[in-house]
Order: sequence, then structure tokens, then C-alpha cells
Amino acid sequence: MTSEISESAAPVLEARHISKAFAGVQALSDVSLTLQAGEVHALMGENGAGKSTLVKVLAGVHRADAGRIVRNGQPVTIGSPHEALQEGIAMIHQELMPIPDLTVAENVLLGQEPAHRLFGWIDRRRLHERAERLLARLDARIGLQRKMRELSVAQMQTVEIARALGRDARIVIMDEPTAAISDREVDSLCEVIRRLKARGVAIVYITHKMDEVYRVADRISVLRDGIHVGTYPAARLDRQRLISLMVGREWAAHAPPVLPSAARGDVALAVHGLGRDGVFQDIDFQVRRGEVLGLAGLMGAGRTEVVSALFGLQPADRGEIRVHGTRVGIRCPDQAIRLGIGMVTEDRTGWGLVPSMSVRHNVTLAALKKYCRGPLIRHRVEAGVAEERLRALAIKTSGARQAVNQLSGGNQQKVVIARTLLAEPSIVILDEPTRGIDVGAKTEIYGLIARLAQQGKAILLVSSEMPELLSLSDRVLVMREGRITAELDPRQTSQEEVLKYAMPV
Amino acid sequence: MPCRSEADASGGRPLRDLLMPSIQRGSILIALLAICLILSLMTPNFLTVANLINVARQISLNGILAVGVTFVLLTGGVDLSLGSLVALTGVVAATFAHPGDYPVVVPIAMGILAGTACGFVNGTVVTWGKVAPFIATLGMMTIARGLALLVSGGRPVSNMSPELTRLGGELAGLPIPVLILLVVTLAAGFFLANTRMGRHVYAVGGNERAARSAGISVPRVKLFVYTLCGALAGLAGVVLAARITTGQPNAGLGYELDAIAAVVIGGTSLSGGVGGVGGTLLGALLIGVINNGLDLLNVSSYYQQIVKGMIIVGAVWLDQKTKA
Repeated sequence: MTSEISESAAPVLEARHISKAFAGVQALSDVSLTLQAGEVHALMGENGAGKSTLVKVLAGVHRADAGRIVRNGQPVTIGSPHEALQEGIAMIHQELMPIPDLTVAENVLLGQEPAHRLFGWIDRRRLHERAERLLARLDARIGLQRKMRELSVAQMQTVEIARALGRDARIVIMDEPTAAISDREVDSLCEVIRRLKARGVAIVYITHKMDEVYRVADRISVLRDGIHVGTYPAARLDRQRLISLMVGREWAAHAPPVLPSAARGDVALAVHGLGRDGVFQDIDFQVRRGEVLGLAGLMGAGRTEVVSALFGLQPADRGEIRVHGTRVGIRCPDQAIRLGIGMVTEDRTGWGLVPSMSVRHNVTLAALKKYCRGPLIRHRVEAGVAEERLRALAIKTSGARQAVNQLSGGNQQKVVIARTLLAEPSIVILDEPTRGIDVGAKTEIYGLIARLAQQGKAILLVSSEMPELLSLSDRVLVMREGRITAELDPRQTSQEEVLKYAMPV
Repeated sequence: MPCRSEADASGGRPLRDLLMPSIQRGSILIALLAICLILSLMTPNFLTVANLINVARQISLNGILAVGVTFVLLTGGVDLSLGSLVALTGVVAATFAHPGDYPVVVPIAMGILAGTACGFVNGTVVTWGKVAPFIATLGMMTIARGLALLVSGGRPVSNMSPELTRLGGELAGLPIPVLILLVVTLAAGFFLANTRMGRHVYAVGGNERAARSAGISVPRVKLFVYTLCGALAGLAGVVLAARITTGQPNAGLGYELDAIAAVVIGGTSLSGGVGGVGGTLLGALLIGVINNGLDLLNVSSYYQQIVKGMIIVGAVWLDQKTKA
């Protein structure tokens, strides 16, 4: 399905020197990309490499801090998804956003329903004719009268693509379109893509699946840490080389040093046959006191779900959890905390902080009972403990009474960590503890993890930053599609090897 | 190096934080004082001891209800059943208050107990049944009204013992309902600022998921606030019955909305997590003073309603503006 695209043809869309930062973290720096009519252009890279950010800039969801977008040789500004559509750029989102109670035909023509000339009501006959024509172009057979909610994910995608066609889209962006569909449906998606190409539509395609890339892509652009590594014809880039481009030969500049292992103790946490329907299965592992166990995997591999089950946020359906040798059932975080499990959640604004409360109150929230006499809070003791914690973790505030949402990302993260540790857990779960924070705060958190291990705490570390995971962990488990696919020794393995076990085949 | 102010180092909570740990307290107080000043210039009858006591008496019921609603709103919920609960609990109290039947504590306890039970049901439906608070308490609003009519046979329950009706009277020159309001507000303010449950109320309203992952039992906190709100409605029902010397099954229409208005004007966020009972007391006072002033100025009660509505919207609008 690959074909030679001549580099000299005028591109339909160009991104020139795009940069974008979120809250001080550089998501894209100086990224350029060209798209030719009728090509499938795959974007590859690890989690957080900047693929989604780049396409969201093209689709008008985000605005670039620097750089320009050029359409058919003309510079354009794209301030919203609506403006992107007017430029012929349509995005098929990772999470599809159809209106479930409208029919297929209504969804295909959503926002451009043919209206009666005189009275403005919807002309159903024309609506169906046009929807039918658009779906026929994709050779899709979906009942026009069916409700959207009855369709499979793949069928919904087809409807979304038909909608993009109805808008006269010349550039279609697909962000992990096959993440949630079966192999047979992948086949029909490939057929749809072939038909789009034949009509001269350019397609930007994000996926983690290797086989798929080589099946559909004409060219491949690799992003790493927000930087454009290069663009290559798919036919001239083999898998091995693609993976090594994605992970990069060198470790990132701020990669932490390999830490000395703390002395191992008894098994603190043992999990056997843990599973939750449709999310993860057959999870087996143990963590000893003083050990850091790393969990590697791509986004959506089920790592966060496993650790959330251990902390009782979303309990598992089956399997056995033992804490210090005793079999336990964990149905809610309250129980987990009493068993000595602490968790720093992945999403610190969603699950971590109470934004309307002060730094002090956030720090003491999980351990407040220790600073009470009966039901009454001993404010002086509480304040003293909070101050001490702020100093110990070098949390920069204008005082413990400052609202926590005024802190920087790194300091907010340290507040969540301080709160978790204040309850004195013997097992500490850290889910992406360094996501979206600056280098200085990262280094401090690395040091903290090492100290915790030395104090004899058992640590379960989830991280998508591979250098970080490999240097902090004593052992690394790799997860893929809800299962553990490998256990690796971080001193013997490489990022390439980890990625090999993490990528869907 | 984190810099610390003296107040932080001491660790103690200044007294003013007891009632409302929030910034907006100042602006409501200023608005209240400004309106008082204007009214005292416009009419000589406003700034008299008798009139001010009268205002306090008029807001006492709404104030007691509003303190309960503050707890519910702080968790991000809402309670629409209060007006009906006032009627039901008043009827229950009056039923047990015929002269010579029981000691005076029995009707008081039965009234409060009835409110507590209804509040507990509200809380159970919201937490265990996962029904939206708006719907759960809307249902209770109708159910409690029906119960009030059922218990009273649809007629006012009169012939109440003077021991109970004395609750509507005065003590040392101050109306007893006003004293009750003061005690309730102080106790609630102390509770919110100084107990673990109080802190948890703010945490649940501020970010329910974060509260849960900090090991707080969110259902327990919610059950508590609805139950407390019901108990205070019971207290208000008893006080109302004592004041009007009958248990009226049709009493309390629209009280829940007046209470919510006072809380919102007082700076408590409808989405939860921010606010306090000090602001609520000021909010109730603001509504009371304006109503009283318009009365004194002989403005028709039709206009009073219009003005009250505009104040509710205006207060929240101002609050949004100052936050942004």
C-alpha cells in the first residue's frame, strides 16, 4: 500500500518550527512537518514525545507558542477546531465524540444538516441521501437509521471519517484509531484509508502498533521529548532502527544516576492472579522492603489500573493481595492506608490535591487523626508538623497558609508526596511522580525515592520516562494490554528491550 | 527558603477564622454596614434597639436553617426539603406538646428527632443510593409535606403547653430564637474550624476524589451533613411552632430557598469547599435588614421580592468577579 511520494510536490500542509509549552514544560520544540496530498504520514514516539500535542496544534485544539502553519503555500492561523475544519483539517479523536442518541445519518451530517429552504426544518430525505453518498465513498455499510450508541467503535470511527469527508476535509488526523478495535476492523479501516488516499486526502496517523505502521504509512516522522528526530520513507526505515530512533541512543541529560540498592527485607506486598474485567489479568509480583519495583508500559497498558486496585481506588475483581504475609481485601483507600499502603496518584489535580485548601491542610489531610485530641484538631501540633514537612521536602511556599493551587507543579507534587508519607506507609506507590514537573523537582524526587528505599519502604514505581524507571528500579515489570509481559533487570536491559515488550505486536 | 509570617509560626487559628475562613467575609460586612448606614439616614425608625431586635427575630429561623444548609453546600450538595421538614417537625412537636401530656423536653426532642431521621434518609439516598442531591431532597420535600398533613390530619395542631411556647418568647430582653441562632452558629463555626469532621467537610467539597484518596470516607461525611441539616430543620420547626403556638402543616413554604440564598450571599460556593457559617449569618442578616428597611420605607412587598432576587444574583455575580 506504500507508494513513492515525490518530495518536490507542493505540500498541502506544513508545520514550521512549532514550539509549545504547558506550565513551563516544553512539549514541542521547533518541530517541522510537511504533508503531501494522498500520503499517510505516521507519527511515532514514546509516551509524552509530543505526538498528540503536535496534531492538536494542527487541529486547532492547542495554539502554538511559536512557529507557523502553512496551508497550500499560504500561512494560516488556526485558533479553534472550527477554524481547522474551515481549512480542511479534521481530527478523529482518540476518544470518539459522537452524539449517542442521534442516528448514523444525523451524526454524519452533524452541524451541516440540509434544512428546508423556507422553514428551516431538517430535510430528512436529503439528509439520508447525502449521508448515504458519504458512507458509500468509504464503502461502509452501516444502517443510516441506527442509533450511534448501537455501533461498534470501528463503525463510529467510520462515521466520524464520513463526517470529515462531508466537511470536505483534505487532511484527516487519526490519533490511535486502532487502540480499541479488533483485527478485522483494522482491515476495514485500512480499506477506508486507502480510499481516502485515492481521493488525495493526506492522513496523519498516530499509533503504537508496529505492524500497522508498516502496513499503512508512506512516511514516518519520529518525535522524541518534543523534538523532531527525523522523517523517513517507511520503506527505507526498518523496525530496529525505528525503535532506536524513538528511545534515542543517549540518556536524557537529567537522567538520574543508578542508585545503590538498599538492603532487601521481607516481602512487603505480594499479588497473585489479580484481575479486573477488561482492564488487567493475571497480575503476579512481589515487592520486598527496601526494593523499588518499576512498572513499565505504554499509556493504556493497565499500570495505573493495577496500582489503583492495590490502593482501593478501583478494587480488583479477583486475585489475592498479601500485605506483610497477611491476606487482605482492599475495597477503599481508607483500608489501604490503615494497612500501611500510601499512594501518590498520577493525576495530582484530579486525585491528589484539594485546590481550595491551604498547603498545610493538604499536607495533613490523610494523617489528621494523629494530630487530634478526640475529635478536635490540635492546630499547633498540626502546623508544626506541616512546617517541618515543608522544610524536609524543600517545598517552596509563601507560608503554609498559601492556597495549594498557587504553587508550581513540582511543589504541588511534593505536597501530595508529603501527605502520602505523613501517614507513614510501609508500602509506597508512586504513579508518574515526575510528570509535568521541572528538572530540579525531578532530581529531588529521585533522591527522595532512594531515601525511602533505604528506610526499608517497599516502593512500586510507575513511570513512562524510561531512563528514570530504569535507573531508579531494582527490577522492572513490563505491561502490555493488561498483562505482565516481562520481568527485566534494569542493569542488564535497554530501553529498546523494554519497548519491545511494551509495544503491541 | 520558605518565608513564614508570625501568624504561621504561632500555628493558632485567629479568632476571626473561626466563623468563616475566607476572604469575601469583608465585602459582605461592608455591604451590610453600608446598607445599615443608608437606612438609618433614610428613616429614624431603623436604628433603634427595638427594631434591630425585631430584625434579629425575623432572621432567626432562616439563620438556623441556613447554618445547616451551609454544611450541605460545603460538600457540594443541596437540600431542598427544609421547608417541608420545618412543617413536619413543628406538627410533630405540637402533637407531643398538649398541656399535661409530657415534660417539655419530649416535644422538643421528638421534633428534632423527626428532622434528624428525615435528614438521615436524605443522606442515605444520596450516598448509598447514589441519587443526585437535588432529586433526593426534592423527593423528601414532597414526602415530608405529605407526612406533615398526615400527622396533623390537615389541620393546625394547637393547644400547646405554655412551657413549649415560651421558646418563642424572650430571655433577658432578647428573643430566645435569636439566642438559639447565636449558639447554633458559634457551635457550627467552632465545629468546622476545629474538628476532623469539619475539615473533612471542606475536603469532600473541594475535591471529592482527592478526599477519597486521602482515606476519607466520603459517604460518611455526606451522611453526616444531611443528617445535621435535618436536625437543624427540626430545631427550626420546634422554634417556629413555639412562636406561632401551633403546628402548621402548611408552614415553611419556600424556606429552603431563603436559606440557600443566605448561604450563597454569605460567600459559600455552590460547588463546595469554600465558605463558612460566619458568612451565612451575615448573608441572612443582609436579607433581613433589606426586608426590614423596605418595610419601614413602606415599599410594597411585591418590590421586596424583586429586590431580594436581584441581591442573590448580584452577590454571586460580584463574588465571581472578585475571584477572577
